[in-house]
Amino acid sequence: MTIMEERAATEVGAARRRKEDARLITGRTMWTENITLPGMLHLAILRSPMAHARITRVDTSAALREPGVVAAFSGADVAGVQGSLPCAWPVTEDMLLPDHPPLAVDEVRHAGEAVAVVVARDRAAAVDALAAIEVDYEPLPVVTEMPAALAEGAPLVHADKGTNKAYTWIFDSGEAGTGQSTEATFADAEVVIKRRYVQQRLIPAFMEPRSVVADPTGDQHTIWSATQIPHILRFLLAVVTGTPEHKVRVVAPDVGGGFGGKLQVTAEELITFLAARRVGKPVKYTESRSDSILTAHHGRDQIQDLELAARRDGTVLGLRVRLLANMGAYMGLVTPGVPLLGAFMYNAIYKFPSYRFECVGVFTNTTITDAYRGAGRPEATYAIERMMDELAVEVGLDPIEVRRRNWIAHDEFPFDTVAGLTYDSGNYEAATDKATSLFGYDELRREQAARRESNDPVQLGIGVSTYTEMCGLAPSRVLGALRYGAGGWESATVRVLPTGKVEVVTGTSPHGQGHETAWSQIVADQLGVAFEDVEVLHGDTRTSHKGLDTYGSRSLAVGGFALVNACTRVVDKARPVAAHLLECDVSDLEFKGGAFRVRGAPADSAGRTLADCSLAVFAAHDLPEGVEPTLDAEATYDPANFSFPHGTHLCATEVDTETGRVTIRSYVAVDDVGRVVNPLIVEGQVHGGVAQGIAQALFEEAVYDADGNLLTGTFVDYTPPSAADLPDIVSDRTETPAPDHPLGTKGVGEAGTIASTPAVVNAIVDALRPYGVDDIRMPCTPERVWRAVQGGDRS
Amino acid sequence: MIPAAFDYTRPSTVDDAVRALAGAGEDAKVLAGGQSLIPVLRMRLAAPTVLVDIGAVAELRGVRDDGDALVVGATTRHADLLRDPLVAAHAPLLAQATAQVGDRQVRHLGTIGGSLSHADPAGDLPGVTVALEATFEVAGPGGRRTVPAAEFFVDFLTTALAPDEVLVSVRVPKRPGWTTHYEKFVRVAQAWAIVGVAAAVRRENGTIAEARLALTNMGTTPLRAAGVEEALTGAPATVDAVASAAGRAGEGADPPTDVFASAGYRRHLATVLTKRAVLAAGGIV
Ligand SMILES: Cc1cc2nc3c(=O)[nH]c(=O)nc-3n(C[C@H](O)[C@H](O)[C@H](O)COP(=O)(O)OP(=O)(O)OC[C@H]3O[C@@H](n4cnc5c(N)ncnc54)[C@H](O)[C@@H]3O)c2cc1C
Repeated sequence: MTIMEERAATEVGAARRRKEDARLITGRTMWTENITLPGMLHLAILRSPMAHARITRVDTSAALREPGVVAAFSGADVAGVQGSLPCAWPVTEDMLLPDHPPLAVDEVRHAGEAVAVVVARDRAAAVDALAAIEVDYEPLPVVTEMPAALAEGAPLVHADKGTNKAYTWIFDSGEAGTGQSTEATFADAEVVIKRRYVQQRLIPAFMEPRSVVADPTGDQHTIWSATQIPHILRFLLAVVTGTPEHKVRVVAPDVGGGFGGKLQVTAEELITFLAARRVGKPVKYTESRSDSILTAHHGRDQIQDLELAARRDGTVLGLRVRLLANMGAYMGLVTPGVPLLGAFMYNAIYKFPSYRFECVGVFTNTTITDAYRGAGRPEATYAIERMMDELAVEVGLDPIEVRRRNWIAHDEFPFDTVAGLTYDSGNYEAATDKATSLFGYDELRREQAARRESNDPVQLGIGVSTYTEMCGLAPSRVLGALRYGAGGWESATVRVLPTGKVEVVTGTSPHGQGHETAWSQIVADQLGVAFEDVEVLHGDTRTSHKGLDTYGSRSLAVGGFALVNACTRVVDKARPVAAHLLECDVSDLEFKGGAFRVRGAPADSAGRTLADCSLAVFAAHDLPEGVEPTLDAEATYDPANFSFPHGTHLCATEVDTETGRVTIRSYVAVDDVGRVVNPLIVEGQVHGGVAQGIAQALFEEAVYDADGNLLTGTFVDYTPPSAADLPDIVSDRTETPAPDHPLGTKGVGEAGTIASTPAVVNAIVDALRPYGVDDIRMPCTPERVWRAVQGGDRS
Repeated sequence: MIPAAFDYTRPSTVDDAVRALAGAGEDAKVLAGGQSLIPVLRMRLAAPTVLVDIGAVAELRGVRDDGDALVVGATTRHADLLRDPLVAAHAPLLAQATAQVGDRQVRHLGTIGGSLSHADPAGDLPGVTVALEATFEVAGPGGRRTVPAAEFFVDFLTTALAPDEVLVSVRVPKRPGWTTHYEKFVRVAQAWAIVGVAAAVRRENGTIAEARLALTNMGTTPLRAAGVEEALTGAPATVDAVASAAGRAGEGADPPTDVFASAGYRRHLATVLTKRAVLAAGGIV
């Protein structure tokens, strides 16, 4: 047998084009909506036009008589069997956890809540027949804003709970023993800065609307869903519906984006599953964009009351955060936990000694909120980075200098933070130095001064954002301590086929991130096989029975670790086979570049490749005693810690003071995400993330009127930016390897979103300081900016 | 969403189109590029029983030179208009505004006649036709008639067209000696105007001899800024004079308040954008 040419370990780090892109971009793949099964029926959902009302009557009988209609039913018809949508994160022992029926039974609590369904032979017939369903609503008072919901005598979203306050969750560094109490440090402070920031409500706006097909024929009931979490969905479908887990198969085929928005067990999934079982046939539901905007979970929607204590020299002494977090009308899968992911990040890259965080979860008559790219961390980063700029102004320092005086130095890692985490590694100095030089920081400051001097109607602003975040969700013991309902491990299986080609099964569930490429690169290096010879399988519980899916920048940090371990096991299994083939002792072997050789033998000497071993194992004619005829290996990895990427983002904005229009002139992102497996993928993640962060700063906001109608129900009104609205992004990196990861990788899925929002708003406020402006509510629309210019003190 | 069911016909002459409309009564709708109508149908804000697709009517498409004016056929697509040398030469304001209508896809399907007939107060082209004092040729069961732009736009999404009438073409006077500019203010690129200003001016020596201005989205129909025109007529071609005249941009306006902007802010924008539009049109620095 010929020996494969020795390969250097160079795949990791190479800017490989993504192997999945050809099929994803051309659409030549199976999206859930493309699935057509024999006899398949279509489901349409009648949704509540009211934000809060008692349902006094639902009559679906006329709909049943419409052409093509097979079934029609309401929440009352399935009340006994539909179960309640799951919340996996009861953050406190006494958290209010109201029933969350997939189909409303006697009360609707937000506009768009599902009330009744029609199942018909084609989609148009199903949609047409909705008009024949009669529903009587008795309006109830509506509350959409958190302060109003907490006020005395406020309308109650869940009358039986007696309050809209869902929970109070507190972290105090004095009590936790991770630092001092804020009472002590605030008493000593020379400067105390108080601010209220509003994190507006956002809509994840994934490209592919949610879609689900449920097939109840066959022994295993199969659900195809455009979801981020096929494994969690399978587990929870079994629990919620009482279906034995082995009778449920979940498939997430190619999924067109999620951003946290598909990290949910949805009413639509349960309703479709229920409907399919009632009619005994496959049923499909695909939402329209308008339904998606109205009913798929929203993100952010928090009010942050902040107090920062410092000395005149800019040293921060402590931070107090009082947070109101809008849950919406119910608890989604991780709704209550999202703000708490931020609780550990308000101290950011700084080493101040005291910290107190208090979060109140609030019910309102709005769509539920839940994870959206960054989930808690963008909010925290925004708050602290805006406050650091305020501090800089207050004590008369450059914003970078004030950060420098407070951040953790590169030789202080690992660093135990005041919030109780241990940061693994980082080099904030290096990232910031690189960013300022790429940006031309000093030059821009000079131009800013000149424009101020000449009273230019277009002012220049510079925004700084230094951030860290926690990736690799999550050590299972930490999740347990936070009362989360599952673990945070991940699994990988590597199968070596007889011809030496490799199949990898991952428990992560990519929906646009490029795992197939990155995983292939890793396996190519680990096993010495060609990149093209690796196939990555995912998203079908029949092939990948074990995993915890993709969110929280966890896939590479956790799943990549499991993958490396599985590869190591494959090599270990091949070792005795290779020794047998080479007629040498196992201890004399080394594995390099995909081949086993006797240690010390020249590189061009005869060796045995993994393919040689896999063929020998396949034949199994002549295996050493006790060796099983397989090279396949599985590994499950539970991380010991999070990983902490970081970076420095700088933004220059031009602000037209006559109209309030903000134009981003330049944007520099220097991210340190540890070792990079594929720089193209990293850059893509940074660009997309920055775009979404800029969108929060400048463009997007979900707005409800006082009656609970969503006013931004289309993309025309919600105004997500397109490429034409976004700047060129200069993206560069520093590389501080993750010390605990075999590849040194951290995570990059959310970094851009987390870093960019405060960079942009800091830049706008910086431009308008001469006008007395010290804050503008997001999104910084032209009108808000112009009003700030008008209202500010011009003296 | 899925539109309610409808019948569909695709006539090849204007007469047949008018007959199809007249035969169907109030429930029929003309379908041109579908860029406004299809979303309305999909959201079930309207449910016409018949759609009369005028895409195959040859007479309606294209631009021709008619001496002192250009005649632009109603189903001329935005993208085709942008490539047309006659439009570039004689109606650059129309081209400049059309280039900012929606995105590429919209411009390749949407038509000038659809934009005007839809009469969206936030649409860019109605104001341009008002500023250019265009006239519209309309065909109905009783024959053809001509409507000046200023009379065509009646109210919010409402024109002088009867349900059984078809807009045939737009006649845009050539204006030698005039220079123009369209100033559009948006929330995001490729979207409707928060406020827009179409300006045409004729300079003589150091003064502005004449000006025509129309504002987009400052009321339910395009607003001819008569006060600004009056103030500009005979005014020196200076930044100060233009700025002062632009102060009258809000006269007669009744701008909406919506998720994009308040009425008050729109009034403010109207003055700033009017100033900028006139300065750019007149090449005044
Ligand atoms: C994403 C998007 C962005 C857009 N952005 C902008 C923008 O920035 N600026 C802007 O001005 N517009 C914008 N539009 C609107 C677009 O310009 C118009 O939708 C389009 O040009 C209308 O022309 P149409 O041929 O598609 O008309 P259709 O949608 O086919 O018809 C529109 C209406 O006019 C009637 N109609 C059409 N033609 C005739 C005729 N010849 N005679 C009588 N009645 C007729 C129809 O019955 C219907 O009521 C946007 C649209 C979209 C979808």
